[in-house]
Amino acid sequence: MIEVKEEILADNNQVAAGVRERLGRQKTLLLNLMSSPGSGKTSLILKTAEALQGKVKLGVIEADIESRVDAEKVAACGIDAVQLRTGGFCHLDATMVTQGLEALPPKDFDLLIIENVGNLVCPAEFDTGAHKNAMILSVPEGDDKPLKYPLMFSICDVLVINKIDYLSLSDFDLAALRHRVLALNPQIRIMEVSCKTGAGLAEWTDWLAREVAQFVGS
Amino acid sequence: MHELPVTESILKIILAHAEKNDVRRVVTIRLQVGKLSDLEDDWMQRYFDYVSRGTPAEGARLEIERTPIRLECDDCGESYTVENAGGLDTPCPGCGGRDTRLIAGREYFIKNMEVL
Repeated sequence: MIEVKEEILADNNQVAAGVRERLGRQKTLLLNLMSSPGSGKTSLILKTAEALQGKVKLGVIEADIESRVDAEKVAACGIDAVQLRTGGFCHLDATMVTQGLEALPPKDFDLLIIENVGNLVCPAEFDTGAHKNAMILSVPEGDDKPLKYPLMFSICDVLVINKIDYLSLSDFDLAALRHRVLALNPQIRIMEVSCKTGAGLAEWTDWLAREVAQFVGS
Repeated sequence: MHELPVTESILKIILAHAEKNDVRRVVTIRLQVGKLSDLEDDWMQRYFDYVSRGTPAEGARLEIERTPIRLECDDCGESYTVENAGGLDTPCPGCGGRDTRLIAGREYFIKNMEVL
């Protein structure tokens, strides 16, 4: 018998720590944005870019199993964006993020947002090297998601509840959702927004701007 | 869903140890995987069989021990185990506090291997 005693994901964790450290030195905050498909990651990024324009230098790393539509949408709004195709992988790992960082133009970014693959399971398990993790849950997905995907809710710093304009049309129980999420993760910040109407977006962009200012100024 | 990259990492580590120890064949690999992991044992084995073909680890059996999910209470410091992910919102049995932190349950660890 041979003792191995090694972490299986040690390679990824090491690369992730390296990314975090390097971007920290460059004063670039890396935010990992996760959610199910269709909950509004790209919309939130576009709204964020609009709000922070002229204040924060923003770049975006898009990840999808196939297609470039997200990067094209973001780039069409004048934001520096690269598209990573994960080739069937259900999540991004730190090595893929490194490739994304290399593919971006060499600018002095204040904030880089990773739009992770739409999935509430696998991205929660792999450290991307991000300094902050945020997730979106949209109202049509239902208030039971923390019960089904507890790990994702446990590891995020922020939960954005999107499509809040649908609330009156659905039986989504906001109080029950908050209770479930806070039980899993008492430190998480919960923000209610609608990318469509713009409601609540200022809370998100203000938070992000503060985080960036703190990070860049540190 | 992400069994493939995890099994590839396992293979890489196992082959490095096999080479260092002049191993002809790896028979069993003992893993510790936290109960919070979504990985399916059967699929891990299937993927491992696939990626290990033609290597000294071909045909090795994965023995997966599921390690418990542990939480620690920020208020009184008590640590306790919960059965599955559904129990992550269990309040502290000591003081009833809800400010709890996850301290174990996400591990991916290779303990040892049986070799020829």
